[in-house]
Amino acid sequence: MSRKFKEIIIKNVFFFFALVSIFILGLIVVFLFREGLPIFKVVSVKDFIFGNEWYPTYDPPDFGIWPLIVGSIIVTLFSSLIAVPLGILSAIYVSEIASPLMKEILKPAIELLAGLPSVVLGFFGMVVLAPWLQETFDLPTGLNIVNVSIILAIMAVPTISSISEDALYSVPREFKEASYALGATRFETIAKVIVPAALSGISTAVILGMARAIGETMVVLMVAGGAAAIPESIFDSVRPMPASIVAEMGEAPFQSDHYHALFATGAALFFMTLFFNLIADYISTKFKEVGSATL
Amino acid sequence: MMRVLVLSFMCLMLGWGAASAGETIVIKGSTTVLPVAQAAAEAYMKKHPEVNISLSGGGSGNGIKALIDKSTDIANTSRFIKGKEIKLAVEKGSYPVPHRVAIDAIVPIVHPENPVTDLTIEQMSLIYQGKIKNWKEVGGKDKRIVVVSRDTSSGTYEVWAKKVLHKARVTPRAQLQASNGAIVQVISKNSYAIGYIGLGYLNRSVKTIKVSGIEATVQTALSGTYPIARPLFMFTNGWPKGTVSDFINFVVSPEGQKIVKKEGFVPLY
Repeated sequence: MSRKFKEIIIKNVFFFFALVSIFILGLIVVFLFREGLPIFKVVSVKDFIFGNEWYPTYDPPDFGIWPLIVGSIIVTLFSSLIAVPLGILSAIYVSEIASPLMKEILKPAIELLAGLPSVVLGFFGMVVLAPWLQETFDLPTGLNIVNVSIILAIMAVPTISSISEDALYSVPREFKEASYALGATRFETIAKVIVPAALSGISTAVILGMARAIGETMVVLMVAGGAAAIPESIFDSVRPMPASIVAEMGEAPFQSDHYHALFATGAALFFMTLFFNLIADYISTKFKEVGSATL
Repeated sequence: MMRVLVLSFMCLMLGWGAASAGETIVIKGSTTVLPVAQAAAEAYMKKHPEVNISLSGGGSGNGIKALIDKSTDIANTSRFIKGKEIKLAVEKGSYPVPHRVAIDAIVPIVHPENPVTDLTIEQMSLIYQGKIKNWKEVGGKDKRIVVVSRDTSSGTYEVWAKKVLHKARVTPRAQLQASNGAIVQVISKNSYAIGYIGLGYLNRSVKTIKVSGIEATVQTALSGTYPIARPLFMFTNGWPKGTVSDFINFVVSPEGQKIVKKEGFVPLY
Protein backbone atom coordinates (compact mmCIF):
# COMPACT_ATOMS: atom_id res chain seq x y z
CA MET A 1 0.00 0.00 0.00
CA SER A 2 1.53 3.25 -1.03
CA ARG A 3 1.98 6.09 1.40
CA LYS A 4 -0.29 8.32 -0.61
CA PHE A 5 -3.08 5.75 -0.64
CA LYS A 6 -2.84 5.42 3.14
CA GLU A 7 -3.11 9.16 3.50
CA ILE A 8 -6.28 9.20 1.41
CA ILE A 9 -7.87 6.44 3.50
CA ILE A 10 -7.02 8.15 6.77
CA LYS A 11 -8.33 11.46 5.50
CA ASN A 12 -11.58 9.90 4.39
CA VAL A 13 -12.08 8.02 7.64
CA PHE A 14 -11.78 11.28 9.58
CA PHE A 15 -14.00 13.07 7.10
CA PHE A 16 -16.60 10.32 7.48
CA PHE A 17 -16.69 10.57 11.28
CA ALA A 18 -16.88 14.36 11.13
CA LEU A 19 -19.82 14.04 8.73
CA VAL A 20 -21.56 11.53 10.99
CA SER A 21 -21.34 13.82 14.01
CA ILE A 22 -22.59 16.81 12.02
CA PHE A 23 -25.43 14.67 10.67
CA ILE A 24 -26.44 13.55 14.18
CA LEU A 25 -26.31 17.12 15.43
CA GLY A 26 -28.48 18.16 12.50
CA LEU A 27 -31.02 15.45 13.30
CA ILE A 28 -31.21 16.59 16.91
CA VAL A 29 -31.86 20.18 15.82
CA VAL A 30 -34.51 19.04 13.33
CA PHE A 31 -36.19 16.95 16.03
CA LEU A 32 -36.08 19.84 18.51
CA PHE A 33 -37.81 22.17 16.08
CA ARG A 34 -40.27 19.62 14.75
CA GLU A 35 -41.47 18.93 18.28
CA GLY A 36 -41.30 22.56 19.43
CA LEU A 37 -42.81 24.52 16.56
CA PRO A 38 -46.43 23.25 16.85
CA ILE A 39 -46.84 25.28 20.06
CA PHE A 40 -46.89 28.44 17.97
CA LYS A 41 -50.24 27.40 16.54
CA VAL A 42 -51.62 27.83 20.06
CA VAL A 43 -49.67 30.85 21.24
CA SER A 44 -47.85 33.59 19.35
CA VAL A 45 -44.05 33.76 19.43
CA LYS A 46 -44.27 37.07 21.30
CA ASP A 47 -46.65 35.72 23.97
CA PHE A 48 -44.54 32.61 24.33
CA ILE A 49 -41.27 34.43 24.91
CA PHE A 50 -42.51 37.53 26.75
CA GLY A 51 -45.56 36.06 28.50
CA ASN A 52 -45.32 36.33 32.28
CA GLU A 53 -47.51 33.37 33.17
CA TRP A 54 -46.34 29.77 32.97
CA TYR A 55 -49.39 27.58 33.68
CA PRO A 56 -49.10 24.81 31.12
CA THR A 57 -51.56 22.37 32.70
CA TYR A 58 -54.43 24.71 33.48
CA ASP A 59 -57.54 25.21 31.44
CA PRO A 60 -57.10 27.60 29.66
CA PRO A 61 -53.30 27.17 29.77
CA ASP A 62 -50.72 29.96 29.66
CA PHE A 63 -47.39 29.36 27.97
CA GLY A 64 -45.26 32.38 28.86
CA ILE A 65 -41.59 31.53 29.45
CA TRP A 66 -40.35 35.04 30.28
CA PRO A 67 -39.93 34.25 34.02
CA LEU A 68 -37.96 31.13 33.04
CA ILE A 69 -35.72 33.10 30.65
CA VAL A 70 -35.13 35.78 33.29
CA GLY A 71 -34.37 33.05 35.83
CA SER A 72 -31.80 31.48 33.51
CA ILE A 73 -30.11 34.79 32.69
CA ILE A 74 -29.93 36.02 36.30
CA VAL A 75 -28.54 32.75 37.56
CA THR A 76 -25.96 32.66 34.76
CA LEU A 77 -24.83 36.26 35.32
CA PHE A 78 -24.66 35.82 39.07
CA SER A 79 -22.67 32.63 38.90
CA SER A 80 -20.23 34.19 36.43
CA LEU A 81 -19.78 37.07 38.86
CA ILE A 82 -18.42 34.51 41.30
CA ALA A 83 -16.77 32.06 38.90
CA VAL A 84 -14.96 34.43 36.54
CA PRO A 85 -12.65 36.13 39.08
CA LEU A 86 -12.07 32.82 40.87
CA GLY A 87 -11.38 30.93 37.66
CA ILE A 88 -9.10 33.50 36.05
CA LEU A 89 -7.16 34.38 39.19
CA SER A 90 -6.59 30.73 40.02
CA ALA A 91 -5.42 30.14 36.45
CA ILE A 92 -2.98 33.05 36.73
CA TYR A 93 -1.75 31.77 40.07
CA VAL A 94 -1.27 28.23 38.86
CA SER A 95 0.44 29.11 35.60
CA GLU A 96 2.53 32.13 36.61
CA ILE A 97 3.05 32.38 40.34
CA ALA A 98 2.79 28.99 42.02
CA SER A 99 5.87 26.94 42.79
CA PRO A 100 6.15 23.66 40.84
CA LEU A 101 5.03 21.69 43.92
CA MET A 102 2.02 23.94 44.50
CA LYS A 103 1.15 23.57 40.84
CA GLU A 104 1.25 19.79 41.13
CA ILE A 105 -1.27 19.95 43.95
CA LEU A 106 -3.56 22.73 42.74
CA LYS A 107 -4.04 21.74 39.13
CA PRO A 108 -5.49 18.29 39.77
CA ALA A 109 -7.50 19.67 42.69
CA ILE A 110 -9.25 22.19 40.46
CA GLU A 111 -9.79 19.57 37.77
CA LEU A 112 -11.26 17.23 40.36
CA LEU A 113 -14.03 19.77 40.88
CA ALA A 114 -15.04 19.24 37.26
CA GLY A 115 -15.34 15.53 37.95
CA LEU A 116 -17.88 15.95 40.74
CA PRO A 117 -21.28 14.76 39.49
CA SER A 118 -23.72 17.68 39.41
CA VAL A 119 -26.26 15.75 41.48
CA VAL A 120 -23.74 15.59 44.32
CA LEU A 121 -23.22 19.34 44.19
CA GLY A 122 -26.98 19.85 43.99
CA PHE A 123 -27.48 17.72 47.06
CA PHE A 124 -24.80 19.67 48.87
CA GLY A 125 -26.61 22.90 47.98
CA MET A 126 -29.90 21.47 49.16
CA VAL A 127 -28.95 20.02 52.53
CA VAL A 128 -25.90 22.05 53.57
CA LEU A 129 -25.82 25.41 51.84
CA ALA A 130 -29.57 26.14 51.84
CA PRO A 131 -30.13 25.78 55.62
CA TRP A 132 -26.92 27.71 56.27
CA LEU A 133 -27.95 30.61 54.02
CA GLN A 134 -31.41 30.60 55.56
CA GLU A 135 -30.13 30.82 59.12
CA THR A 136 -27.27 33.23 58.49
CA PHE A 137 -29.31 35.78 56.58
CA ASP A 138 -32.65 34.99 58.25
CA LEU A 139 -34.39 34.23 54.97
CA PRO A 140 -37.69 32.47 54.31
CA THR A 141 -35.90 30.04 51.99
CA GLY A 142 -32.33 28.99 51.28
CA LEU A 143 -33.22 27.68 47.81
CA ASN A 144 -32.59 30.93 46.01
CA ILE A 145 -30.52 32.74 43.40
CA VAL A 146 -27.50 33.09 45.70
CA ASN A 147 -27.44 29.39 46.52
CA VAL A 148 -27.79 28.18 42.93
CA SER A 149 -25.23 30.72 41.72
CA ILE A 150 -22.64 29.53 44.22
CA ILE A 151 -23.11 25.91 43.19
CA LEU A 152 -23.05 26.74 39.47
CA ALA A 153 -19.91 28.82 40.04
CA ILE A 154 -18.24 25.80 41.63
CA MET A 155 -19.09 23.89 38.47
CA ALA A 156 -17.89 26.61 36.09
CA VAL A 157 -14.56 27.34 37.83
CA PRO A 158 -12.73 24.25 36.50
CA THR A 159 -13.83 25.01 32.92
CA ILE A 160 -12.81 28.65 33.14
CA SER A 161 -9.62 27.91 35.05
CA SER A 162 -8.26 25.14 32.85
CA ILE A 163 -9.02 26.85 29.51
CA SER A 164 -7.58 30.17 30.80
CA GLU A 165 -4.52 28.36 32.01
CA ASP A 166 -3.97 26.84 28.56
CA ALA A 167 -4.26 30.32 27.07
CA LEU A 168 -1.79 31.77 29.60
CA TYR A 169 0.58 28.88 29.07
CA SER A 170 0.67 29.39 25.32
CA VAL A 171 1.79 33.03 25.58
CA PRO A 172 5.28 32.93 24.00
CA ARG A 173 8.19 33.02 26.42
CA GLU A 174 9.81 35.93 24.64
CA PHE A 175 6.99 38.23 25.79
CA LYS A 176 7.73 37.53 29.40
CA GLU A 177 11.48 37.73 28.91
CA ALA A 178 11.19 41.02 27.03
CA SER A 179 9.01 42.44 29.78
CA TYR A 180 11.45 41.46 32.52
CA ALA A 181 14.35 42.76 30.42
CA LEU A 182 12.68 46.17 30.39
CA GLY A 183 12.68 46.13 34.18
CA ALA A 184 8.99 45.37 34.70
CA THR A 185 7.97 43.68 37.95
CA ARG A 186 6.26 40.32 38.03
CA PHE A 187 2.88 41.94 38.66
CA GLU A 188 3.32 44.36 35.77
CA THR A 189 4.35 41.53 33.48
CA ILE A 190 1.26 39.50 34.40
CA ALA A 191 -1.20 42.39 34.27
CA LYS A 192 0.11 44.21 31.22
CA VAL A 193 1.73 41.55 29.06
CA ILE A 194 0.67 38.00 29.77
CA VAL A 195 -3.04 38.48 30.48
CA PRO A 196 -3.66 40.82 27.51
CA ALA A 197 -1.82 38.41 25.22
CA ALA A 198 -4.01 35.53 26.45
CA LEU A 199 -7.21 37.55 26.36
CA SER A 200 -8.83 35.69 23.49
CA GLY A 201 -8.41 32.35 25.23
CA ILE A 202 -9.56 33.78 28.56
CA SER A 203 -12.73 35.24 27.03
CA THR A 204 -13.50 31.93 25.38
CA ALA A 205 -13.04 30.27 28.76
CA VAL A 206 -15.43 32.70 30.43
CA ILE A 207 -18.12 32.25 27.82
CA LEU A 208 -17.83 28.47 27.81
CA GLY A 209 -18.11 28.56 31.60
CA MET A 210 -21.26 30.65 31.29
CA ALA A 211 -22.66 28.29 28.67
CA ARG A 212 -22.08 25.46 31.10
CA ALA A 213 -24.03 27.33 33.80
CA ILE A 214 -26.94 28.21 31.54
CA GLY A 215 -27.43 24.66 30.34
CA GLU A 216 -26.97 22.96 33.70
CA THR A 217 -30.04 20.95 34.68
CA MET A 218 -29.63 18.96 37.87
CA VAL A 219 -28.31 21.76 40.06
CA VAL A 220 -30.95 24.29 39.02
CA LEU A 221 -33.63 21.66 39.49
CA MET A 222 -32.47 20.91 43.02
CA VAL A 223 -31.46 24.28 44.45
CA ALA A 224 -33.06 27.11 42.45
CA GLY A 225 -36.36 26.67 44.30
CA GLY A 226 -38.40 26.52 41.11
CA ALA A 227 -40.65 29.56 41.42
CA ALA A 228 -41.83 30.65 37.96
CA ALA A 229 -41.96 34.34 38.86
CA ILE A 230 -39.67 37.27 38.07
CA PRO A 231 -37.47 37.54 41.19
CA GLU A 232 -37.53 40.72 43.27
CA SER A 233 -34.34 40.11 45.21
CA ILE A 234 -31.31 37.87 45.00
CA PHE A 235 -32.79 35.80 47.82
CA ASP A 236 -35.87 34.85 45.78
CA SER A 237 -36.38 31.47 44.16
CA VAL A 238 -36.24 31.19 40.39
CA ARG A 239 -36.99 28.54 37.80
CA PRO A 240 -34.40 28.42 35.01
CA MET A 241 -35.42 26.84 31.70
CA PRO A 242 -33.59 23.49 32.04
CA ALA A 243 -35.23 22.89 35.44
CA SER A 244 -38.63 23.47 33.93
CA ILE A 245 -38.01 21.10 31.04
CA VAL A 246 -36.66 18.27 33.13
CA ALA A 247 -39.27 18.61 35.89
CA GLU A 248 -42.26 18.63 33.57
CA MET A 249 -41.30 16.50 30.59
CA GLY A 250 -41.91 13.23 32.40
CA GLU A 251 -45.54 14.01 33.07
CA ALA A 252 -46.46 16.03 30.00
CA PRO A 253 -48.85 14.03 27.79
CA PHE A 254 -47.10 12.96 24.59
CA GLN A 255 -47.51 15.51 21.76
CA SER A 256 -49.79 17.73 23.82
CA ASP A 257 -49.45 21.51 23.80
CA HIS A 258 -47.50 21.25 27.05
CA TYR A 259 -45.07 18.79 25.44
CA HIS A 260 -44.58 21.06 22.43
CA ALA A 261 -44.13 24.07 24.75
CA LEU A 262 -41.33 22.25 26.61
CA PHE A 263 -39.56 21.47 23.33
CA ALA A 264 -39.95 25.10 22.27
CA THR A 265 -38.37 26.09 25.60
CA GLY A 266 -35.52 23.74 24.70
CA ALA A 267 -35.21 25.47 21.33
CA ALA A 268 -35.06 28.88 23.05
CA LEU A 269 -32.31 27.52 25.30
CA PHE A 270 -30.54 26.19 22.21
CA PHE A 271 -30.53 29.68 20.69
CA MET A 272 -29.18 31.17 23.91
CA THR A 273 -26.26 28.75 24.13
CA LEU A 274 -25.67 29.10 20.39
CA PHE A 275 -25.48 32.85 20.90
CA PHE A 276 -22.91 32.38 23.69
CA ASN A 277 -20.82 30.10 21.52
CA LEU A 278 -20.94 32.49 18.56
CA ILE A 279 -19.69 35.28 20.82
CA ALA A 280 -16.92 33.02 22.09
CA ASP A 281 -15.95 32.17 18.53
CA TYR A 282 -16.01 35.82 17.44
CA ILE A 283 -13.88 36.95 20.40
CA SER A 284 -11.34 34.20 20.00
CA THR A 285 -10.81 35.00 16.30
CA LYS A 286 -10.87 38.75 16.79
CA PHE A 287 -8.33 38.96 19.61
CA LYS A 288 -6.22 36.10 18.39
CA GLU A 289 -2.51 36.64 18.90
CA VAL A 290 -0.97 34.63 16.12
CA GLY A 291 2.42 34.64 17.82
CA SER A 292 5.40 36.82 18.51
CA ALA A 293 5.69 37.47 14.79
CA THR A 294 2.64 39.71 14.82
CA LEU A 295 4.15 42.21 17.17
CA MET B 1 -5.49 -21.19 30.53
CA MET B 2 -7.24 -20.79 27.23
CA ARG B 3 -9.45 -23.75 27.99
CA VAL B 4 -10.51 -22.25 31.33
CA LEU B 5 -11.43 -19.02 29.62
CA VAL B 6 -13.45 -20.73 26.94
CA LEU B 7 -15.21 -22.90 29.52
CA SER B 8 -16.11 -19.98 31.77
CA PHE B 9 -17.31 -18.06 28.75
CA MET B 10 -19.53 -20.97 27.77
CA CYS B 11 -20.89 -21.20 31.32
CA LEU B 12 -21.69 -17.50 31.20
CA MET B 13 -23.48 -17.89 27.90
CA LEU B 14 -25.45 -20.85 29.24
CA GLY B 15 -26.36 -18.99 32.38
CA TRP B 16 -27.42 -16.01 30.39
CA GLY B 17 -29.45 -18.24 28.07
CA ALA B 18 -31.19 -19.85 31.01
CA ALA B 19 -32.03 -16.52 32.60
CA SER B 20 -33.46 -15.11 29.42
CA ALA B 21 -35.57 -18.18 28.77
CA GLY B 22 -38.24 -16.99 31.23
CA GLU B 23 -40.80 -14.33 30.55
CA THR B 24 -40.15 -10.63 30.97
CA ILE B 25 -42.60 -7.97 32.09
CA VAL B 26 -41.68 -4.32 31.49
CA ILE B 27 -43.20 -1.73 33.83
CA LYS B 28 -42.74 2.04 33.43
CA GLY B 29 -44.34 5.19 34.77
CA SER B 30 -45.27 7.18 37.86
CA THR B 31 -42.68 7.62 40.59
CA THR B 32 -45.52 7.65 43.14
CA VAL B 33 -46.53 4.10 42.22
CA LEU B 34 -42.89 3.00 41.93
CA PRO B 35 -42.38 1.82 45.55
CA VAL B 36 -45.52 -0.34 45.36
CA ALA B 37 -44.59 -1.78 41.97
CA GLN B 38 -41.02 -2.41 43.16
CA ALA B 39 -42.07 -4.31 46.28
CA ALA B 40 -44.78 -6.22 44.42
CA ALA B 41 -42.35 -7.15 41.62
CA GLU B 42 -39.79 -8.45 44.11
CA ALA B 43 -42.39 -10.55 45.90
CA TYR B 44 -43.76 -11.84 42.60
CA MET B 45 -40.33 -12.78 41.24
CA LYS B 46 -39.59 -14.67 44.44
CA LYS B 47 -42.69 -16.77 43.87
CA HIS B 48 -42.10 -17.12 40.14
CA PRO B 49 -38.35 -17.26 39.53
CA GLU B 50 -38.89 -17.80 35.79
CA VAL B 51 -40.45 -14.33 35.42
CA ASN B 52 -38.22 -11.32 35.03
CA ILE B 53 -39.71 -7.91 35.80
CA SER B 54 -37.92 -4.79 34.62
CA LEU B 55 -39.08 -1.65 36.36
CA SER B 56 -38.45 2.06 35.84
CA GLY B 57 -39.98 5.38 36.90
CA GLY B 58 -40.17 8.51 34.80
CA GLY B 59 -43.64 9.87 35.43
CA SER B 60 -47.24 8.98 34.61
CA GLY B 61 -47.07 10.72 31.23
CA ASN B 62 -43.98 8.78 30.21
CA GLY B 63 -45.60 5.53 31.31
CA ILE B 64 -48.65 6.15 29.13
CA LYS B 65 -46.38 7.25 26.29
CA ALA B 66 -44.47 3.97 26.57
CA LEU B 67 -47.73 2.01 26.64
CA ILE B 68 -48.89 3.72 23.45
CA ASP B 69 -45.52 3.05 21.78
CA LYS B 70 -45.85 -0.55 23.00
CA SER B 71 -42.46 -0.33 24.70
CA THR B 72 -43.92 -1.36 28.07
CA ASP B 73 -46.38 -3.99 29.24
CA ILE B 74 -47.66 -2.04 32.23
CA ALA B 75 -47.81 1.73 32.71
CA ASN B 76 -48.03 2.97 36.31
CA THR B 77 -49.93 6.22 36.72
CA SER B 78 -50.91 8.38 39.66
CA ARG B 79 -53.74 9.91 37.61
CA PHE B 80 -56.35 8.71 35.13
CA ILE B 81 -55.49 8.69 31.43
CA LYS B 82 -56.30 11.95 29.62
CA GLY B 83 -58.61 12.37 26.62
CA LYS B 84 -55.78 13.35 24.32
CA GLU B 85 -53.79 10.29 25.34
CA ILE B 86 -56.72 7.96 24.68
CA LYS B 87 -57.15 9.52 21.25
CA LEU B 88 -53.47 9.05 20.43
CA ALA B 89 -53.56 5.47 21.73
CA VAL B 90 -56.56 4.56 19.59
CA GLU B 91 -54.92 6.16 16.55
CA LYS B 92 -51.91 3.92 17.10
CA GLY B 93 -54.05 0.85 17.69
CA SER B 94 -53.67 0.52 21.47
CA TYR B 95 -56.50 0.18 23.93
CA PRO B 96 -55.31 1.26 27.40
CA VAL B 97 -57.15 -0.54 30.20
CA PRO B 98 -56.93 0.86 33.76
CA HIS B 99 -56.49 -1.33 36.84
CA ARG B 100 -56.87 0.37 40.19
CA VAL B 101 -54.13 -1.01 42.44
CA ALA B 102 -54.04 1.25 45.51
CA ILE B 103 -55.30 4.48 47.03
CA ASP B 104 -53.00 7.31 48.00
CA ALA B 105 -53.80 10.05 50.46
CA ILE B 106 -52.05 13.37 49.91
CA VAL B 107 -50.88 14.89 53.17
CA PRO B 108 -49.93 18.50 53.90
CA ILE B 109 -46.64 18.68 55.83
CA VAL B 110 -44.68 21.34 57.71
CA HIS B 111 -41.43 21.56 59.66
CA PRO B 112 -41.66 19.82 63.08
CA GLU B 113 -41.07 23.17 64.83
CA ASN B 114 -44.16 24.73 63.26
CA PRO B 115 -46.92 25.06 65.91
CA VAL B 116 -49.78 24.86 63.37
CA THR B 117 -51.52 21.48 63.53
CA ASP B 118 -54.77 21.89 61.65
CA LEU B 119 -55.83 23.76 58.50
CA THR B 120 -59.08 23.81 56.58
CA ILE B 121 -59.19 23.15 52.83
CA GLU B 122 -60.19 26.79 52.40
CA GLN B 123 -57.13 28.04 54.33
CA MET B 124 -54.80 25.78 52.37
CA SER B 125 -56.36 26.94 49.13
CA LEU B 126 -55.69 30.57 50.06
CA ILE B 127 -52.14 29.73 51.15
CA TYR B 128 -51.41 28.03 47.84
CA GLN B 129 -52.95 30.88 45.86
CA GLY B 130 -50.63 33.26 47.70
CA LYS B 131 -53.47 35.11 49.41
CA ILE B 132 -52.53 34.06 52.95
CA LYS B 133 -48.88 35.04 53.24
CA ASN B 134 -48.05 34.80 56.93
CA TRP B 135 -48.29 31.92 59.41
CA LYS B 136 -49.87 34.19 62.04
CA GLU B 137 -53.00 34.46 59.85
CA VAL B 138 -53.64 30.76 60.46
CA GLY B 139 -52.58 30.67 64.11
CA GLY B 140 -48.84 30.23 63.79
CA LYS B 141 -45.76 32.39 64.38
CA ASP B 142 -45.19 35.72 62.64
CA LYS B 143 -43.29 34.27 59.69
CA ARG B 144 -43.71 34.41 55.95
CA ILE B 145 -45.19 31.23 54.46
CA VAL B 146 -43.00 29.52 51.89
CA VAL B 147 -45.32 27.54 49.62
CA VAL B 148 -43.76 24.34 48.29
CA SER B 149 -45.61 22.44 45.59
CA ARG B 150 -45.00 19.65 43.11
CA ASP B 151 -44.42 20.86 39.57
CA THR B 152 -47.66 21.59 37.76
CA SER B 153 -47.56 18.49 35.58
CA SER B 154 -47.22 15.92 38.36
CA GLY B 155 -50.13 13.61 39.09
CA THR B 156 -49.94 14.52 42.79
CA TYR B 157 -50.18 18.20 41.92
CA GLU B 158 -53.20 17.55 39.72
CA VAL B 159 -55.12 15.99 42.59
CA TRP B 160 -54.06 18.83 44.89
CA ALA B 161 -55.18 21.44 42.34
CA LYS B 162 -58.55 19.75 41.98
CA LYS B 163 -59.33 18.98 45.62
CA VAL B 164 -57.68 21.89 47.43
CA LEU B 165 -57.28 24.75 44.98
CA HIS B 166 -60.52 23.94 43.14
CA LYS B 167 -58.67 24.68 39.89
CA ALA B 168 -57.49 28.12 41.05
CA ARG B 169 -53.92 28.91 40.04
CA VAL B 170 -51.10 28.24 42.43
CA THR B 171 -49.04 31.37 43.14
CA PRO B 172 -46.06 31.77 40.79
CA ARG B 173 -43.91 32.39 43.91
CA ALA B 174 -44.48 28.77 44.96
CA GLN B 175 -41.35 26.67 45.00
CA LEU B 176 -41.83 23.76 42.65
CA GLN B 177 -40.07 20.51 43.46
CA ALA B 178 -39.81 17.58 41.09
CA SER B 179 -40.49 14.69 43.48
CA ASN B 180 -42.11 13.67 46.74
CA GLY B 181 -38.67 13.01 48.19
CA ALA B 182 -37.44 16.51 47.30
CA ILE B 183 -40.45 18.05 49.05
CA VAL B 184 -39.75 16.11 52.25
CA GLN B 185 -36.11 17.20 52.02
CA VAL B 186 -37.02 20.88 51.63
CA ILE B 187 -39.71 20.92 54.34
CA SER B 188 -37.51 19.13 56.87
CA LYS B 189 -34.91 21.91 56.50
CA ASN B 190 -37.20 24.94 56.43
CA SER B 191 -39.41 26.06 59.33
CA TYR B 192 -41.23 28.56 57.09
CA ALA B 193 -42.40 26.04 54.52
CA ILE B 194 -45.53 24.03 53.83
CA GLY B 195 -45.74 21.22 51.28
CA TYR B 196 -47.71 18.12 50.42
CA ILE B 197 -46.72 14.53 49.66
CA GLY B 198 -48.15 11.08 49.07
CA LEU B 199 -48.77 9.10 52.27
CA GLY B 200 -46.04 6.60 51.35
CA TYR B 201 -43.31 9.24 51.60
CA LEU B 202 -44.05 10.37 55.17
CA ASN B 203 -41.24 10.16 57.68
CA ARG B 204 -40.26 11.62 61.01
CA SER B 205 -38.34 14.60 59.66
CA VAL B 206 -41.64 16.38 58.90
CA LYS B 207 -44.92 17.04 60.71
CA THR B 208 -48.31 16.28 59.18
CA ILE B 209 -51.15 18.79 59.24
CA LYS B 210 -54.72 17.67 59.84
CA VAL B 211 -57.18 18.67 57.16
CA SER B 212 -60.24 20.22 58.85
CA GLY B 213 -59.50 18.11 61.91
CA ILE B 214 -59.09 14.83 60.03
CA GLU B 215 -55.74 13.13 60.10
CA ALA B 216 -54.55 11.29 57.01
CA THR B 217 -54.35 7.62 57.91
CA VAL B 218 -55.09 4.38 56.12
CA GLN B 219 -58.47 4.20 57.91
CA THR B 220 -59.64 7.75 57.15
CA ALA B 221 -58.54 7.48 53.51
CA LEU B 222 -60.24 4.12 53.09
CA SER B 223 -63.49 5.27 54.67
CA GLY B 224 -63.50 8.39 52.50
CA THR B 225 -63.53 10.86 55.42
CA TYR B 226 -60.07 12.14 54.52
CA PRO B 227 -60.77 14.57 51.69
CA ILE B 228 -57.55 14.52 49.63
CA ALA B 229 -57.22 10.97 48.33
CA ARG B 230 -56.85 9.47 44.86
CA PRO B 231 -56.58 6.05 43.24
CA LEU B 232 -53.32 4.78 41.72
CA PHE B 233 -53.44 2.81 38.48
CA MET B 234 -51.62 0.28 36.40
CA PHE B 235 -52.58 0.51 32.72
CA THR B 236 -52.23 -2.35 30.27
CA ASN B 237 -52.62 -2.44 26.54
CA GLY B 238 -55.94 -4.24 26.08
CA TRP B 239 -57.09 -6.81 28.63
CA PRO B 240 -53.98 -8.33 30.16
CA LYS B 241 -53.09 -11.89 29.24
CA GLY B 242 -50.71 -14.51 30.58
CA THR B 243 -48.00 -13.38 32.94
CA VAL B 244 -49.04 -9.71 32.89
CA SER B 245 -52.56 -10.66 33.93
CA ASP B 246 -51.14 -12.91 36.62
CA PHE B 247 -48.95 -10.10 37.97
CA ILE B 248 -51.82 -7.59 38.14
CA ASN B 249 -53.99 -10.18 39.85
CA PHE B 250 -51.16 -10.62 42.34
CA VAL B 251 -51.02 -6.88 43.06
CA VAL B 252 -54.76 -6.67 43.75
CA SER B 253 -54.83 -9.96 45.69
CA PRO B 254 -54.89 -9.84 49.52
CA GLU B 255 -51.16 -10.64 49.47
CA GLY B 256 -50.40 -7.79 47.05
CA GLN B 257 -52.55 -5.36 49.01
CA LYS B 258 -50.58 -6.24 52.13
CA ILE B 259 -47.50 -4.99 50.26
CA VAL B 260 -49.40 -1.81 49.32
CA LYS B 261 -50.10 -1.18 52.99
CA LYS B 262 -46.54 -1.94 54.01
CA GLU B 263 -45.24 0.64 51.52
CA GLY B 264 -47.35 3.30 53.23
CA PHE B 265 -50.24 3.46 50.76
CA VAL B 266 -53.89 2.65 51.33
CA PRO B 267 -55.03 -0.82 50.16
CA LEU B 268 -58.17 -1.12 48.03
CA TYR B 269 -60.09 -3.11 50.64
